[in-house]
Amino acid sequence: MSAVYKFKPYNVGRWIIWGLFALVLLVAPKLFTSNLSVTMLAQMGIAIIACLSYNMLLGQGGMLSFGHAVYTGLGSYMAMHALNAVSGGALPIPVSLLPLVGGLSGMGFAVLLGWVTTRKSGTPFAMITLGVAELVFAMSLMFSEFFGGEAGVSGNRVAGQPFFGITFGPQIQIYYLIAVYTFVCVALMYAFTQTPLGRILNAVRDNPERVEFIGYNTQRVRYLAFIIAGFFAGIAGGLGALNFEIVTAEVVGAGRSGAYLLFTFLGGATFFFGPIIGAVLMVIAFVLLSELTKAWLLYLGLVFLFMVMYAPGGIASLIMMNLRVAKFGKLRQIWTSYLGLGITALAIVAGAGAMIEMVYHLQLNSALGDVVKFMGVPLNAKSVDSWVGAIFVTLTGLGLFELARRQYVLEWGEIQVEIEKEIKRRETAV
Amino acid sequence: MSAYALELKDVRKSFGKTEIIRGVNLSVLAGERVAVIGPNGAGKSTLFNLISGRFGPSSGEILLRGQRIDHKKPYEINRMGLSRSFQITNIFPKLSVFENLRCSVLWSLGYKYTFLKFLSGLKDANERAEELLEMIGLEKRRDALAMNLTYAEQRALEIGITIAGGAEVILLDEPTAGMSKSETARFISLIRKVTEGRTLLTVEHDMGVVFGLADKIAVVVYGEVLAFDTPEAVRANARVQEAYLGSSVAESQAGGH
Amino acid sequence: MEFFIISMLNGLSYGLLLFMLSSGLTLIFSMMGVLNFAHASFYMIGAYIGYSLGGIVGFWPALVLAPLCVGALGALFERISLRKVHPYGHVPELLVTFGLSYVVLELVQLIWGRTAVEFVPPDVLRGAAFTLINHSVNGMHLLWGAAPADMCSAADAAVRVVCTPFPATRAFMMVIALLMLVSLWLLLTRTRIGLVIQAALTHPDMAEALGHNVPRVFMLVFGAGTGLAGLAGVIGGSTFVTEPAMAATVGSVIFVVVVVGGMGSLSGAFLASVLIGVIQTFAVAIDYSFLAFARDVGWQLSAAAQDNSFAKLTVSQVAPILPYLFLVLILIFRPKGLLGTREG
Repeated sequence: MSAVYKFKPYNVGRWIIWGLFALVLLVAPKLFTSNLSVTMLAQMGIAIIACLSYNMLLGQGGMLSFGHAVYTGLGSYMAMHALNAVSGGALPIPVSLLPLVGGLSGMGFAVLLGWVTTRKSGTPFAMITLGVAELVFAMSLMFSEFFGGEAGVSGNRVAGQPFFGITFGPQIQIYYLIAVYTFVCVALMYAFTQTPLGRILNAVRDNPERVEFIGYNTQRVRYLAFIIAGFFAGIAGGLGALNFEIVTAEVVGAGRSGAYLLFTFLGGATFFFGPIIGAVLMVIAFVLLSELTKAWLLYLGLVFLFMVMYAPGGIASLIMMNLRVAKFGKLRQIWTSYLGLGITALAIVAGAGAMIEMVYHLQLNSALGDVVKFMGVPLNAKSVDSWVGAIFVTLTGLGLFELARRQYVLEWGEIQVEIEKEIKRRETAV
Repeated sequence: MSAYALELKDVRKSFGKTEIIRGVNLSVLAGERVAVIGPNGAGKSTLFNLISGRFGPSSGEILLRGQRIDHKKPYEINRMGLSRSFQITNIFPKLSVFENLRCSVLWSLGYKYTFLKFLSGLKDANERAEELLEMIGLEKRRDALAMNLTYAEQRALEIGITIAGGAEVILLDEPTAGMSKSETARFISLIRKVTEGRTLLTVEHDMGVVFGLADKIAVVVYGEVLAFDTPEAVRANARVQEAYLGSSVAESQAGGH
Repeated sequence: MEFFIISMLNGLSYGLLLFMLSSGLTLIFSMMGVLNFAHASFYMIGAYIGYSLGGIVGFWPALVLAPLCVGALGALFERISLRKVHPYGHVPELLVTFGLSYVVLELVQLIWGRTAVEFVPPDVLRGAAFTLINHSVNGMHLLWGAAPADMCSAADAAVRVVCTPFPATRAFMMVIALLMLVSLWLLLTRTRIGLVIQAALTHPDMAEALGHNVPRVFMLVFGAGTGLAGLAGVIGGSTFVTEPAMAATVGSVIFVVVVVGGMGSLSGAFLASVLIGVIQTFAVAIDYSFLAFARDVGWQLSAAAQDNSFAKLTVSQVAPILPYLFLVLILIFRPKGLLGTREG
């Protein structure tokens, strides 16, 4: 991990962080006990592995892929077929090892497809991943023996001999299986970043041409990273197959690939833990946010645009930047700015959200009358008042936000200068 | 095994219809220090690019210690023992100075593409990187990100990366470009120290540096080597004086540079 | 025979539509280094705006106004969004257009709904441009416009008459595309700005060094490229279908076209568009499978082989993946693309 700001000076810190992580994985379902929560936690574990494997390409290797779902998806399909083989008695391996089948499949497909894909870099690479993803998705409609056609392939994860009474039937049991895999995979992927290949991969990201002049075949480095990422992607896919007990063509679709990209970037591609944040958000968005409002993809797209323009390092970088400011004791100077930004942003969201909800309501639910409830306030979608009100709130919010933003940028700049001075002072004092 | 570390035999390079390198013949002995001089646009950087494998010659041969390296990939040439630096600083901006150096030694120490060992456990790589760090004088900036270094510090790192792999033949492309007098002087002693016993080719414009550092000078004008001889012989060479040296020779003889 | 001619024309018209789109994409890419992931989204916006405007002012004014609107929107996007991320590099630029594609899709669905809308071409384009009449006795001849019913059937049972009309909308598409092609060619080879663009196609750094008002040039180029997409949208939307999925359908194909043709090469984009257009159109109409081929050739296949879904696949079923197969093949055998000169 090429951390922009080093924040863990002692090795003890490392043990604490990993210990906490394990603890959280263990204890989470005890804190969030509802069925929905445990389902979501299981999905989060899977998503964490998938997004971290994606970031091996994006954040660590500088490779923008539009088709990562191919490897998670094909891993799912292979694991599901293996599960059915286990159920049928043809394959005597325990269910708990099936995600490894997914992993090996993901790796196998990465070996095959990656050779063609990694022949280029940068924008052409992205286009190739897109083409390959479309190819695989289109094939999924053609070969129904493997892909199961419209209905997909389903299975029963209660198969083979129970292991000390564990059948993996109940959601909580599958959650703990996922938790174990999550911990191990996260640890392995982190370890990768501390190896020669991992570091050279970073060098390839930073300056691919120079890497050739220190003795490394850049294409080979990318190809190997692609394969390793494919392995972990396949594991995530395999876990997904066990969790949902059904695999349909959308697992290799463009929507899922786009989601990996979106949320990994949102979480932060420049820090190792960024995709973990992104993965958690991804599950929350898909499961909860989509229930809340039909316009959730629109909001997501706008947030993503905003992030790319103003915070390309993602949420992780925002956290780290502010931790750095806090470390120098300057957070209190700027928290009022943050408050200003937050309130005005809320106004914009309220105003724009109201308008969007009203439009959706008019389109879809007009049989139910003209009134739509937005954040507890009844709005008459057909009345001019509601619209004028919403527009007014939005525009005012936009204007005030711009003012707050300029103030913030000023203050942030000042703080950065002060911090630089402090760092220089400390360097010369040593 | 040839006594020549580097040989160029009738090397030509055209870009489209324009011939940039028009038949270059050069034989550099092992351990020689050669300064490559010439006016802008003469093709010096192109020659370096040809030798280091950035692109291949249109015709002709390039040999490294007797083995053909023309049309080979840059990493193949680097593994055979040739390393180069760049005129425009070409480092790994988001890695720390130490990491920059450590990455540069990995292949030469045989670590290749391994992902089964931890970097922190590679004693020889870490020691060598520390050694290099001291050699180029950047110990104080060990953990600074390469993109945060000053220009001179980045040039020093550039050289560090170049010599890290222990290559026998080093190509330095205008290493002191953009430096002040004092920085240049310090840099030249650094270059002399780190290229001890190796073959060095360096593109230089500063004549004082050239006459002080080089065993031999190659004068490149319009894609051809006009002269390849000791500094004194080159200074006296009438063709060279006519075509290029002229005024700069007079200046440095008057004690300018 | 008429099948071949009509299919060829259909393929050409589809290919030319692809070219209208990929040319804008190539221009933007060459001048700015940005691969506009949302290019197909602007195509979609063009269709929808064309539809709405067409309902207000009629098709022909909309044909002119809609592309201008789309171009303006594109320029606006460049100004407020793309320009901001330009200093970060090419990946953030690609990401920003990626985000835009999501936003556009949702906005379109918000404003016009999730089902297809009826974007009908004007009356004059509604019929057939010409009809090929294949009379088994009199041979083949061409009739402008639609053929009346009595010409398409023969009183005599032994005589076969087949009438194949070629839709006027398709013919119009080809006309517009060819006009655009010619104007583009004239622009590139006869004007000063054209020379600049040509240089930028092969040497993008030069475009930056030219010292014009670079931000404004970028905005204009982006606006022009998206405007072209909008024009294609009005025509494509009225000829085919106008629905939210139209961006996705054509989006990935034009990226394939651009990579197969060679990134930054307009002639490569043209060649690839026509090739892919024609081949796909023909493929969709061919119901031939490997099994049928084996049968015709006289091979005896085992029962298992005959049941194999691979062997049973007809060419028409495989048609959707052909562009992507091309992509993979080109990358293996000719990574620079058909006519590419730059390494992406």
